[in-house]
Amino acid sequence: MNKLSKLAVMILLLALAVSACAPAATPASPTAPPAAEPTDVPVEAAEPFRVAVVTPSANNDLAFSQSIHDAIVLVQAAMGGPENMQYVISESMFVVDDAGAAIRDYASQGYDLVIAHGSQYGGVLQEIAPDFPDISFAWGTTVDTFGIPNVFAYEARSEEGGYVNGIIAAALTESNVVGVVGPIETGDAKLYVDGFVAGVNAGNADAQVNANWIGSFGDVALASEAAQTHVGAGADVMAGTAQMVVGAIGVAKDNGILWLGTQASQTALAPEIVVVNQIYDWSGIILEIIDLIGQGTLGGQSFEITLENGGLYMEYNPDFDLPADVRALADETVQGIIDGSINVLP
Amino acid sequence: MRRRGKISLSSPIIDAFLPVIATLAALLVGAVMLLALGANPIVAYTALIDGAFGSVNSLADTLVRATPLLFVGLGICIAFRGGVINIGGEGQFVAGAISGTVVALALPEGPALIVVPLSFLVGALGGAIWGGIPGVLKARFNVNEILSTVMMNQIAVQGMNFLLLGALIDPIQLERASRIPQTARISPAFSLPRLVPTRLHLGTLIAVVMAVLVYILLWRTTLGYRIRAVGLNPDASRYAGINVSRHVALSMALSGALAGLAGVIQVFGVNFRVFTDGSAAGFTGSAGFHGIVAALFGQLHPLGTIPAAFFFGGLLVGANRLQRTVQVPAALITSLNGLVVVFVVSTELWRQQRARRRAGENALQSEGAGESKTVHQGWDDASAVASRIPDRETSV
Amino acid sequence: MIESLFTAQVLLGILTSGIRLATPYLYAGIGETFGQRSGVLNLGVEGQMLLGAFAAFYAVRQTGNLWLGLLAAILVGGLMGLAMAFVSVTLRAKQGISGIGFFLFGLGMSDLLFQTLLGTVQTVSGFRPLAIPLLSRIPVLGPVFFNQSFLVYAAYLLVPIANYVMNHTTLGLKIRAVGENPEAADSLGVSVSRVRYFTVTLGGVFSGLAGASLSIALLNVFQQGMTSGLGFIAVALVYFGGWRVWGVLAGSLLFSMVNALQLWVQVLGLPIPSEFAVMMPYVLTIVALVVAVQRVRPPTALTKPFVREG
Repeated sequence: MNKLSKLAVMILLLALAVSACAPAATPASPTAPPAAEPTDVPVEAAEPFRVAVVTPSANNDLAFSQSIHDAIVLVQAAMGGPENMQYVISESMFVVDDAGAAIRDYASQGYDLVIAHGSQYGGVLQEIAPDFPDISFAWGTTVDTFGIPNVFAYEARSEEGGYVNGIIAAALTESNVVGVVGPIETGDAKLYVDGFVAGVNAGNADAQVNANWIGSFGDVALASEAAQTHVGAGADVMAGTAQMVVGAIGVAKDNGILWLGTQASQTALAPEIVVVNQIYDWSGIILEIIDLIGQGTLGGQSFEITLENGGLYMEYNPDFDLPADVRALADETVQGIIDGSINVLP
Repeated sequence: MRRRGKISLSSPIIDAFLPVIATLAALLVGAVMLLALGANPIVAYTALIDGAFGSVNSLADTLVRATPLLFVGLGICIAFRGGVINIGGEGQFVAGAISGTVVALALPEGPALIVVPLSFLVGALGGAIWGGIPGVLKARFNVNEILSTVMMNQIAVQGMNFLLLGALIDPIQLERASRIPQTARISPAFSLPRLVPTRLHLGTLIAVVMAVLVYILLWRTTLGYRIRAVGLNPDASRYAGINVSRHVALSMALSGALAGLAGVIQVFGVNFRVFTDGSAAGFTGSAGFHGIVAALFGQLHPLGTIPAAFFFGGLLVGANRLQRTVQVPAALITSLNGLVVVFVVSTELWRQQRARRRAGENALQSEGAGESKTVHQGWDDASAVASRIPDRETSV
Repeated sequence: MIESLFTAQVLLGILTSGIRLATPYLYAGIGETFGQRSGVLNLGVEGQMLLGAFAAFYAVRQTGNLWLGLLAAILVGGLMGLAMAFVSVTLRAKQGISGIGFFLFGLGMSDLLFQTLLGTVQTVSGFRPLAIPLLSRIPVLGPVFFNQSFLVYAAYLLVPIANYVMNHTTLGLKIRAVGENPEAADSLGVSVSRVRYFTVTLGGVFSGLAGASLSIALLNVFQQGMTSGLGFIAVALVYFGGWRVWGVLAGSLLFSMVNALQLWVQVLGLPIPSEFAVMMPYVLTIVALVVAVQRVRPPTALTKPFVREG
């Protein structure tokens, strides 16, 4: 058949054309560390500790998923590099079934610690963990392990930094209107926004906080328009949480509105207006979990990152000229939360 | 008006090689992308095949992933054969999962033999309502179903978020103040039995049986005949005395019922609860979209959809294994899946030519050949022809 | 409490937001209208938008030149459109499914390129709001309508132009003829495939521009999957508009205004759960069609590949 062979040639040409272009367009550098050879050999002391991470969004999202990736990289360095600690990741596993398959697969490959970094993974983890009693799992963010013996739980007390950010916002606002943008009312996003609102109210009784939940973790355009709405309502300080807030930060930048970040450092996006970021640093608790695994404890404990244990900390933008009294107030608030004299969410 | 299904059955089997060649061509392009990312394509593709079909566990995973695609795909077969384009599978899946789960949660002590079928029924009903609304809107108000189903998907997601953070949230989540938006776990007594010591559950078998039932419905019953007649030629159907509007709404509702069944069976066989990550895809795995791909790969034939769903499920499962093994960004997998879809669907021209040639040969032997030719033009005819229906029809 | 919505500040806010939000829907929707009027359904708009958004962003990031960014979006969008045309016109593939394929490809490819070429979320300084002399000085409404970025003005200018081309030129006549009755058009010497190649490629160009309007004008960032379903809404709005350019404008504005309204409803603290607020634009778009029953019918040859008989 004449037409048939002509088409075959066309498709082949198309394939070749794409083949010819692709290597030139993308540099041949792997974006992730090389994979560990899947082996069934039981792990001995001399072998590197192997960690696998599953995250719902991209590991460079400047938010939730990046916070765990950055932590593991820190832990890897602290343990002496890839010779002592191997790290693999499956990012963008927003489909929970796929995440479940990844968790199961890593567990069956004998990874020493499999981290399910997303509260929505709890259900599948509950089904998988009992099948691998010798493997340790970590699940965040959640308040407890819900009774599974080989699962560690971890969460961020994001309301603490939220409160500090709220105090700073209350001190910096001149219009007495502050805006905050969130995804859906759950998890560390809700904690952060609740803490933020409490902080603003505690810091400035006249200030009003407007909250906008845009119903999505990914809709950058709507997050941006939510920020525009805050601008329209007169806000001169804004905050927000989850990966879609990069859209809101852009609006803040264009309108000269101050931004208070959380989860990961957002300073690079808008050095002119980012005042401070609450950083999630999971590396401390991950080191602790690895220690426990070394001692033979595979789970059953819950961890929190807090301002007190240093898992949460405030990273100030060096390029932003924060008035000294506001900085002192913020430091005081951090101290108050640490020593318990301030109760963030009574 | 009974016809033998032999001709339409055999042609997809012969045509099966075209998608295979197209898939290989797509994977060839993917190999170049892998090389550009510094990964070894041979290692990568070995992992893909191994992850999809390499062991009993892999096969079970593939079948589990294929099950919701098959259910949704069967619904798509009915809708597209009936001349309506249902891209609301995501919303119907969610509606079915929630309504079925509510039954199981309300009757935790009930006998499984009653509660489980009842949950399935209510789940299918939930999906049928969510699919039926766009159906009625189309039949009664000429609201295009592509528009309404896209919108209904979003409405379902927000409704799910609302319910799972409120009325349906797992009480333990409230008690411990973690507020993870998910329902309580259904009673273990209600879990669908595992078929072999893997994750494979009874739902897969139900899906295959359902495929046969849908085939019988479409080609062996008066109702199915009418649905297809409306899809092929609404004007002629009307003159033949068929209530076109009612059948348009009905095929949407049936399609929704199957997507709803996919949702409730996903709960009883795999997740044992409904949860949300704020979007639909986290829970549905995009079954509402992948099911369309499966149905169209299966030439909108219920029995053809079985291998198509299996193939696409395997691709999804295997591609994720590929990502884990060579540690490339997951985005590569998404674009690779896209390439496979584009390449496979591009074999249409050859398939049509083969079908025409076959029809020519068969025309000499049987009068049924004429139908086998038109039957295969499902999407093309159905969408264009049926979207005109309500234009001239005002009564339901 | 509801009366707090009807203050000048809020109404102007909704108007401004709505005009801005409608921009990407206008580009993508008008492009899709051309394709569908000629008989080709392209469900891959979302993927084209993402690749266009990335191309524009990357070009601006590398060169600092906004016009090169636009050019990149046009080229990449056009290439994607050309590929769609090849698959759906020459290879006569089923259009719905090939569109889904291109959507997945664009979704993944833009993400992959982003991760390999940029690595992290960054910003560019994109098109700034451009106050039009005199007009922007009109009290109250001036700043709303005449202090937007270039790509916003261009989107609204596109509406009458596209409408003129579609309804008052030979090209438009050919497009409509090919979509309504390709056999007749063919017998009159109009090349069905050439027209469809043109419209589908043009649709790709506009989708690319829609993406660019986000990444280098309205948001000035690129993030994975940043369009978040916007491309599918744009396709739905073509149906809302009944395949007419003005209808697409009406649909885009309605959807965007209601979306802006729901943001205000939340900001004003009206006692409505946020989930229901977010639902509003989707529900009202359907309701609007129910109330204003339409009598339009799609182009007869929509989704039907053309085969010349004999």
